[in-house]
Amino acid sequence: MYSIEVDRLTKIYGKGETAVKAIVDASLQVKPGELVAILGPSGSGKTTLLTAIGLINEPTHGKVILDGAMVADEGWLPGLDLKRIRREKLGFIFQAHNLIPFLTAIENVMIALEINHLTRTEAKSRATELLASLNLGHRLNNYPSALSGGEAQRVAIARALANRPKVILADEPTAALDTDNGKNVMSLLKKLAVENHSAILVVTHDHRMVEGFDRIFEVRDGVIVNETKRVA
Amino acid sequence: MNLAIRDIRYHRGRFILTSIGLGLLLGVVMSMGGIYRGLFADALAVLDATQADIWVVQQDTNGPFAENSRLPEDIRYRIASVPGVAQASPLSFQTIQIERQGKPFRFYLIGYDLNGFGGPPVITAGRNIRQKHYELVAAKAMKMELGQKIHLGLHDYTVVGITGKMVSSSGDPAAYVSLADAQDIQFKKDNNAIRNDRARIAAKVNEIQIISPAQAGFLNQNITGITESTHIVNTVVARLAPGAGLQDVQDRITRWNHFRAISNEEQTRILTKGMIEKAKMQVGLFRIILLVISAVIISLIIYTSTIDKIRVIATLKLIGSQNRVIIGMILQQSLLMGVIAYGSGYGLISLTYEKFPRRIVLEPIDLQLLFLIVVVICTISSFVGIRKALKVEPAEALGG
Ligand SMILES: Nc1ncnc2c1ncn2[C@@H]1O[C@H](COP(=O)(O)OP(=O)(O)OP(=O)(O)O)[C@@H](O)[C@H]1O
Ligand SMILES: [Mg+2]
Repeated sequence: MYSIEVDRLTKIYGKGETAVKAIVDASLQVKPGELVAILGPSGSGKTTLLTAIGLINEPTHGKVILDGAMVADEGWLPGLDLKRIRREKLGFIFQAHNLIPFLTAIENVMIALEINHLTRTEAKSRATELLASLNLGHRLNNYPSALSGGEAQRVAIARALANRPKVILADEPTAALDTDNGKNVMSLLKKLAVENHSAILVVTHDHRMVEGFDRIFEVRDGVIVNETKRVA
Repeated sequence: MNLAIRDIRYHRGRFILTSIGLGLLLGVVMSMGGIYRGLFADALAVLDATQADIWVVQQDTNGPFAENSRLPEDIRYRIASVPGVAQASPLSFQTIQIERQGKPFRFYLIGYDLNGFGGPPVITAGRNIRQKHYELVAAKAMKMELGQKIHLGLHDYTVVGITGKMVSSSGDPAAYVSLADAQDIQFKKDNNAIRNDRARIAAKVNEIQIISPAQAGFLNQNITGITESTHIVNTVVARLAPGAGLQDVQDRITRWNHFRAISNEEQTRILTKGMIEKAKMQVGLFRIILLVISAVIISLIIYTSTIDKIRVIATLKLIGSQNRVIIGMILQQSLLMGVIAYGSGYGLISLTYEKFPRRIVLEPIDLQLLFLIVVVICTISSFVGIRKALKVEPAEALGG
């Protein structure tokens, strides 16, 4: 079974003459434990594809199946609690870390757990453990403004992992980092995919960053033009 | 985790400053309420201290506070003999302005019969007036020391006692002297003035051609006797005997003495309705305006702080936060700001209200009502922020 299945997904922004076909007939599948990249130049439709999979951006046509459950078929299925699926099954990592500036590192992770109904104590111990495993044990009580870019992105990754999601979606997670830190983040994601057995889909425009990925989809003008499998 | 408190904790400097600023505004609203209550308390101070049942005043007047009333002092005996009256006592009131330390200083001089009632309600220092002449009891607000002398009319008066918060209905501090002294101060002129008056009257009388010089001399003496009479008071207050009917006694006095007998209740109404109604409306209007300003400011602050948090809100939505988490954060912040502002306003006003030139009376019911209003304003104000927040799309969290 796949964690992510996308079948002939099309997203059109706007209507009539100003309509923009951002993604056309895209199909892809990601298995649990796989690290997959969507690579393409600016404006090619990478974010559109990612957010359509992430229940943020309603697809115009096509199907999306997450963790075996259909969520979109010619638009979202009626009656779905999108927020609930997002917080239970999906983890998001952003270009900018998007940490909440007035919460400390540990609180930023705890909030994701608490909105998913974990008690404070449970949330605290899981967040502590998670941050420690990402080498942030000494940064628990720092505010984001006091963290380095790499540290902040690791806290954001911890937040995305907090609810042990089946699917992790990352949009340019290395764009705000230098090459070394960017590569570190990518190899961390690789490790997490294997250890946690989650499907990780990463959007990037930087081909230097996709070393070690299991598969790479290349996108041009809204169309998936190429799929590269890693040769072991 | 309480997001509202975390945000406030992180931005505490800004939050505290804004709250204190709002607090100042609410402090002004509180003081307005206090001024309003103070107007009442001031207006009724003499009335309450006198504890009379009936105020006998000149016919067809609303005296002695709202209108001028002049009565011969000796009617006190006739009032006292009305059945049902236990005690009657004359009072005189006058506003006096003197120069003190180069500045005009106004106070309210009350003359009372040392053997009657209507004198100082309490003595907080020194003693009450004991001698018939040249002793004075001053309200605290007169800022006079025991033993200090003050020159009024033709004589010096010595402060022998201090009384509490006695003021005239317009808020001037009060002082007490014996009735005789008060009449002297009000009516006795110095010798030159008396000589002038007599000469003027004599000249007039002598011009009357139909009377003989002998008659003129007789008339002259009597007229000067009347015009120099100082036995005038402004009111005679009466207390009823137990079981006496107020209306009965009022009717009797009105019917056969041609005076107006005003009950204490009517007098209260004259003072509050007639004299401070306008001031009350003015103060009330100010309070409303200030509350509207507070509401606008709170809305603006909440709205801006929501705008500042658009990305945070979008991120929260994206990671799956329920709307109540976001609504709770905004609402709680708004309420917390209101409560802190209220607290600092209250702190400010309770530290300073005694130093205001006019009396400020802080009634618990007023303060509780204001608290409720603040809570309502904060709740409503937060709606603008909440509305904005609910419209934020999770996709706004993406991008650089
Ligand atoms: N909300 C929108 N309304 C209309 N058009 C949009 C919207 N979002 C994106 N587009 C358009 O869709 C196309 C694809 O945009 P998208 O953001 O998916 O590209 P991208 O590959 O993520 O680019 P980048 O690398 O710059 O982030 C672009 O032409 C863009 O202008
Ligand atoms: Mg993009």
